[in-house]
Formats: sequence, structure tokens, C-alpha cells
Amino acid sequence: MTLTLQAVGYRYAGADQPSLLEIDLELRDGEVVGVAGASEAGKTTLCLVASGLAPRTVGGRIRGTILLDGENVDAWPMHRLSGRIAMGFQNPSTQLSQVTGTVFEEVAFGPMNFGLPHDDVVARTWQALHTLRIDDLAERNPQRLSGGQQQLVAMAGLLALRPSHLVLDEPTAQLDPAGTRLVADAIAALAADGASILVAEQKTDLLAEVAIRMVVLAEGRVVLQGPAADVLDDARLIELGVSAPSAVRLRRAAEAAGIDPERLRD
Amino acid sequence: MAGRERLTNPPLMNRGVPKIVGRPGPTAYHRLNPLTKATLATITAVAAVVLGGLVGPVVLVLVAVIGPATVAGVLLRLIRTALLLSLPIAISAFLVNLFFFPGGEQVLLRIGPITATAEGLAFALEILARIVAISGAVTLFYLTTPPADLVVDLERRGVSPRIGFVANASVQTVPAMVERAMQITAAQRARGLDTEGSLWRRVRGIVPIVGPVILGSIAEVEERTMALEARGFARPGRRTLLWSPPDSVFQSALRWGLLVALLALIVARVTGVWA
Ligand SMILES: Nc1ncnc2c1ncn2[C@@H]1O[C@H](COP(=O)(O)OP(=O)(O)OP(=O)(O)O)[C@@H](O)[C@H]1O
Ligand SMILES: [Mg+2]
Repeated sequence: MTLTLQAVGYRYAGADQPSLLEIDLELRDGEVVGVAGASEAGKTTLCLVASGLAPRTVGGRIRGTILLDGENVDAWPMHRLSGRIAMGFQNPSTQLSQVTGTVFEEVAFGPMNFGLPHDDVVARTWQALHTLRIDDLAERNPQRLSGGQQQLVAMAGLLALRPSHLVLDEPTAQLDPAGTRLVADAIAALAADGASILVAEQKTDLLAEVAIRMVVLAEGRVVLQGPAADVLDDARLIELGVSAPSAVRLRRAAEAAGIDPERLRD
Repeated sequence: MAGRERLTNPPLMNRGVPKIVGRPGPTAYHRLNPLTKATLATITAVAAVVLGGLVGPVVLVLVAVIGPATVAGVLLRLIRTALLLSLPIAISAFLVNLFFFPGGEQVLLRIGPITATAEGLAFALEILARIVAISGAVTLFYLTTPPADLVVDLERRGVSPRIGFVANASVQTVPAMVERAMQITAAQRARGLDTEGSLWRRVRGIVPIVGPVILGSIAEVEERTMALEARGFARPGRRTLLWSPPDSVFQSALRWGLLVALLALIVARVTGVWA
């Protein structure tokens, strides 16, 4: 199960310059790849392109090649892709279908769309709710939840699809540390089961925890990539508008103050 | 969607669908099939217009709105909501017809150049009766039927869920827009923009609010569409339904019967058999 982007460029309809240029990226089984970059760097655009929504639903023009397990997906309609690649958006309230009266039905919405057997839909839904520890929200009206709760419900709706590839655009934007923890665990569990995951995040702390590899975007290009630990420790990160994770900052501060960072562990 | 071992073999759940999903409503009227309630509302509204006069709509309101609302225990809420919904149009329609009915002769009241006539009053009351019947019928439906239920029921009958979704989403956009307008108003006010004070100043204050509200709603609809497509909503073929509202032969017969009666009424009015 590999999602491959080869020399991919993308331009929004009506834009006078491309928002993505020459992107080469591979998402392999069980891998979590982080995407960082300043505001407007192209993180959201990369998510839309990787999930196939751009250009299928968004419009605009794409270049280069996208392969799913070696097969070119150019001619695939969105509903075929969505059986394999799921995408989560930054704003949870726009992800709720609004045709459901309960969180349970909201989470079941994706599997229902795929016409899966009734019992399978129910089992997947409970499993997804349980993974994010929101079983007790099952009977609530999704419209009347807090932003953080909605973000977890939206995430559960994606988990219930059991995608082989998952693309997440700032999945913890609305979450407190406890919620972020649950999403991080869910990402790790999904990856451990063999799914590959692309996570765009401003919060490098989350990426430091879940990502194996990372790419950093600037003006639509990949300007830095490699193992997550190396990228997150790279001194150029700040110039690229990305703040280092708190662990890295703490260690640097300790070094600057002449304290042995090893001693901070205690 | 294969091989997610850890997620497919849960130690926990043989829990079924939560009881609240598709739970029958609290009263016999709530428990009617959503299509039956939708049919009742539509036929009441159309019949009030076709019947005209005063007696017809008043009887309709008593039989098809007040009666069922009492059974459903929502009479007070219905009166409040229906009033809020129809008051502005009802008042203006009433006043316009009362004072400006052409050819009225029996003068009841004279205020400067305008006069209220008995003919105007009779006609204004007729209009009012229709407005009350329509808003009452629509409100009764909304107070006793979650929109999602109608979507599911139509879907079971083979109507594309997309149609139900679009209808439902448009209804839900309104409160979202109101909320956004209030947020933006608060934000603009915090930045020193005048949304209180004299009328003219308030009108000027509204202009910078309208743009963001409309643009924001458009962007939101776009993102909603994307999110739905990413969850397979555009996939052709049947969806799985977790439940569907019960129906009965009696209700089906009732719907058809009412529809035929309405058509007969319309034909009678158009051909002048019954005036
Ligand atoms: N619908 C659109 N039409 C035209 N241009 C767009 C559109 N959406 C984004 N862009 C442009 O594409 C570029 C990349 O935007 P993108 O939203 O991908 O950035 P981002 O890294 O996600 O930023 P943020 O951190 O603010 O979410 C920006 O220059 C932006 O102005
Ligand atoms: Mg973004």
C-alpha cells in the first residue's frame, strides 16, 4: 500500500501562480509523514492533492503523477479514491454531515456511504468511538458539541472508514493537550495496523511524537526533508516559519545556559 | 480497507446501534411516518389557499394544526414559533388589505387620507387565516419531525440522499449564518465599528459585516462538499441505513386519500363546480 507523488505541481483555478511545485513524496505502509511550513506554504494544498480532492472536487490544474500501489489514479473518480484515502480537514464543524442526529450516526456516515453490511457499520463505529474514548458521546447531537469534541468525532468518522491512507490537515487545531494525546495515539494505532498517514501540523510537538519522516514546505516547494528527528532539530526551521518542538527548544536553552541536557531528563 | 487487524478485532463490542437512534417519538403524532407528517403539512397549506374564504382555513387550522399540536403536546411552542415566523408578513398583509382594499365602500375608520373599509377588513381577515394555516402547518411539521428522519425515510423510498441532504443543509445554513453575523458584529464592534446608535450609522455599520458572512458561507459550503465527497457521499449505489421510520398501510392510504381529495378540490375550484 503505497501512495506516491512524482513531480507533482498544482495550481488553483484562477490563481496566477502554482501553489505546489515539483513535489516528490512517498507514503509507505505503516508510515507517518509530517508536513510543516509557514502559513500559506502549501500544507493544505498538499493534503488536498494527496487525497485526490484537488483537482477532482476543488478544480484547478495538476501536473505530475500520483500512484496508488503503483497504479496511476488520474482517471479515478473521487468516490473510488475515497474508499482508499481518507482526508480530515482543519475545521471540524464543516466536516460534520449535518444530516445526522447523533454522534453515532455521524461516525457511521462514511461506512454507510460505502454500503457496508449493517453489523460491520455498527462494529466499526463503536471501535472508532472507543479508540478516541468518546463512546459516551454516541447519543449526543453532533451539532451541540464543543469544537474539540467535534474534532474527535470528525476523526472517528475517518477511522471508521479504515482507510489504507489517511491525510490529516491540522487534526489537533481545536484540541487541548488531552485531546491531542488521543489523536496522537489514534494515529499511532492506525499506523501500527499498516495504514500510512500524512499529517500537516503547525504543532511540531505532535509531529515530533508521531512522524517518522518529515517534509517542510515553503512557497509550494519541499525545502527540507528527512527523518523527523533530524528535520525537527534543523537550525533552518525557524527561518522557514516553523517553531521547533518544545523538547528541542528546552534542550537548546539548556545548552545555551551551559547545563548538560542529559540532566534535564530527571 | 483491509488488514486493520488491531481495529477489526475489538475485544469489546457487541453493542448494537444505540437505542436513541431511531427511537420512537414521545406521542402518537410524533410517531407518524415523516412522509405522512410532511404530506399533512403540505396539503393543509395548499388547501388553505385553494379553499380561500374565512371558514375553510379556520376549520383547517383547528382540525389539522391545533388538534394534532395538542395531541403532540407542542401547542404552546407551536403558537410561539408560528407567530414569530409569520408575524411580520401577517401584520403588513393585514394592514395593507385593511386600508388599501380597492373598491371598499363601508367605511369603518378614517385616518387622514386613508380609510379602513368593512370589505377591506373581511379580505384582510381571509389573508390572515391563510397565513396562519400555512405557518401553523409548517411549524407543526418541524416541531414533531427531526429533519434527518425525513431524509432517511425518503432515502428508503429510493429518493437520492443528495436531494435530502441539500434541502436539509440549506435549512441548517440559516442559523449558522445568523451566528456568524453575530460573531462578526461583535468583532467589528470590538474594533470600534459602530453598529449601534442612529439608524444611518447602523446601516453603514452593517456593510462590512455582510461581505464576510456571505463569503464565509460560500467557503464553508465548499469545504463541506469536499468533506462529504471524501467520505464517499457521491458514491453511486445503495447506502446502508441503520434504521428507517416505520410506516403502515393505513398511513399510505391516508396520504393517497388526502392527495386525491386535494386534487379533487383544486379541479372543483378551477372548473367552477364549487365556488
Ligand atoms: N482556493 C484557492 N484559490 C487560489 N489560491 C489558493 C486557494 N487556497 C489557497 N491558495 C493559495 O495557495 C497557497 C498555499 O495555501 P495553503 O492553504 O495550502 O497554505 P497552508 O500552508 O495550508 O497555510 P495555513 O498554515 O495558513 O493553513 C497560498 O498562497 C494561498 O494563497
Ligand atoms: Mg492550511
